[in-house]
Amino acid sequence: MSADAMTTSTQPVLSLRGASLSFGGRQLWQNLNLDVQPGEFLAVLGPNGTGKTSLLKTILGQQQLTSGSIEFLGRPVGRGSRRIGYIPQQKMLEQGTPLRARDLVAFGLNGHRWGLPFTSKAERARVDEVLESVGATQYAQMPVSQLSGGEQQRVRVGQSIAGHPELLLCDEPLLSLDLHHQRQVSELVDAQRKALGTAVVFVTHDVNPILGMVDRVLYLAGGRFQVGTPDEVLRSEVLSYMYDTPVEVIRSRGRIVVLGAPEGYGAHDHLEHAAGVRE
Amino acid sequence: MTDIWHQVFGFENYGELLVLVKNSIFAGAILGVVGGLIGPFVMTRDLAFAVHGISELSFAGASAALLLGVNVVVGSIGGSLLAALLIGMLGSRARDRNSIIAVLMPFGLGLGILFLALYKGRSANKFGLLTGQIVSVDNPQLLSLIIISVIVIAGLFVIWRPLSFASVDADVARAKGLPVDTLSIVFMVLLGLATAVSIQVVGALLVLSLLVTPAAAAMRVTASPFLTPLLSVAFAVTSVVGGILLALGGGLPISPYVTTISFVIYVVCRIIGARRNRRGASRVPGTAVVAR
Repeated sequence: MSADAMTTSTQPVLSLRGASLSFGGRQLWQNLNLDVQPGEFLAVLGPNGTGKTSLLKTILGQQQLTSGSIEFLGRPVGRGSRRIGYIPQQKMLEQGTPLRARDLVAFGLNGHRWGLPFTSKAERARVDEVLESVGATQYAQMPVSQLSGGEQQRVRVGQSIAGHPELLLCDEPLLSLDLHHQRQVSELVDAQRKALGTAVVFVTHDVNPILGMVDRVLYLAGGRFQVGTPDEVLRSEVLSYMYDTPVEVIRSRGRIVVLGAPEGYGAHDHLEHAAGVRE
Repeated sequence: MTDIWHQVFGFENYGELLVLVKNSIFAGAILGVVGGLIGPFVMTRDLAFAVHGISELSFAGASAALLLGVNVVVGSIGGSLLAALLIGMLGSRARDRNSIIAVLMPFGLGLGILFLALYKGRSANKFGLLTGQIVSVDNPQLLSLIIISVIVIAGLFVIWRPLSFASVDADVARAKGLPVDTLSIVFMVLLGLATAVSIQVVGALLVLSLLVTPAAAAMRVTASPFLTPLLSVAFAVTSVVGGILLALGGGLPISPYVTTISFVIYVVCRIIGARRNRRGASRVPGTAVVAR
């Protein structure tokens, strides 16, 4: 799906204008202009410490921009929103948590409502439907803390889409999952945005599991940023400019490997990937 | 030996005694409901140590009230709320929280001991604050305990769902726009009140047996968000009411009975939970999947 084709008719889900963010005098990114359209899949890439997670926090109103503006559905962002689905970095839920997989999904649907946790028939039906769609029906009644990492992340995807959000924010949702589960979880996210036109902002340090789904890439590095299709951004000369040092981008069997990104700024992430491919 | 036995389990004139403590039993049951309902949140929010810290400051408040000759329940609540708010506002991260509690707790206990040392009245009152005294609580105080309990229960019912969400899944709850920090403070206030009333039953040293043990036991045998509080309430009420009934004849404090019942329930639940886990090695969740 081309983002450009949609810009004319629809209102962007997310819109940043001249947005800058700095921490203690260090500029993470500045003058960022970005529109994310309904149904668009935007990957946010870059080494650690370049403000990927901070970007998500800004969208969620937990972090203020140093300058510029950020709008969600045409309005300045608030402190979180029911119309945003959020998949956090995988963090195993504690042993003994009094919650089953289906309860976690139900929170995504009605967790904001006051009172006792009774669910209506329609809500239970929706929870069943969501569990089915993420392939979690089998362990719907299991205590969440007994699920494996991959199973928990599936339930997380279910939770994030249960309330039909307009924007899905994913913060390294594939971290610590094996390749098989990485593909399953990213395919679930992709299916959701295709079926319902949900915009996706997907933060990751490894683009490979989602390479085939991504419409555009926002690459953050060295206080700079680049926005464009993967083919436009993930090129040796572009990344060399951003890192301010010769960097080589190698494409091999549908995978992308970045070689020679400098130390610091968490560049070791990329070296690790390179090593992983060599093995 | 038999003397001790009769002191621990005495049932002479039981019927008459029962009438005398009717109100205490009623109050004890309501306190059991409070402890049972708030317990699962204490567990999921990792606040067991905080409960202990709050109770020591509540003890300081109560003994100050005793010394000054004002209402002990008021003093107890004052100390509780102060501690709960301090812990809630300064300790949003677990490590900060634990160090704040560790600092507050001995200070509160020390203050309490000072006030009690200065107090010249009946010594039973002193001991009662540490180890429980519900049978000796007079009717007006009993009424105030019941009113506070009802406030805590009503407050929990109002914030139940968002509080559960924020307790197990704070990041996502915040992203969904829930006022996670406000909920946390509100919960600390409710916890402070619950601690203050529990102290009247089992005493400052033993509140955990009412606010934590029943919930911990329930969470060993179920992960259902409905069954957990129900079981926890059943366990807490059984412990308190059972404790009062058993203590009646012997003239001993009720707290050892309450704590023992609550402990035994926990041990039984742990065993049940462990056996189920061993059987569940195949990870078939029993009832649910079979029903499908």
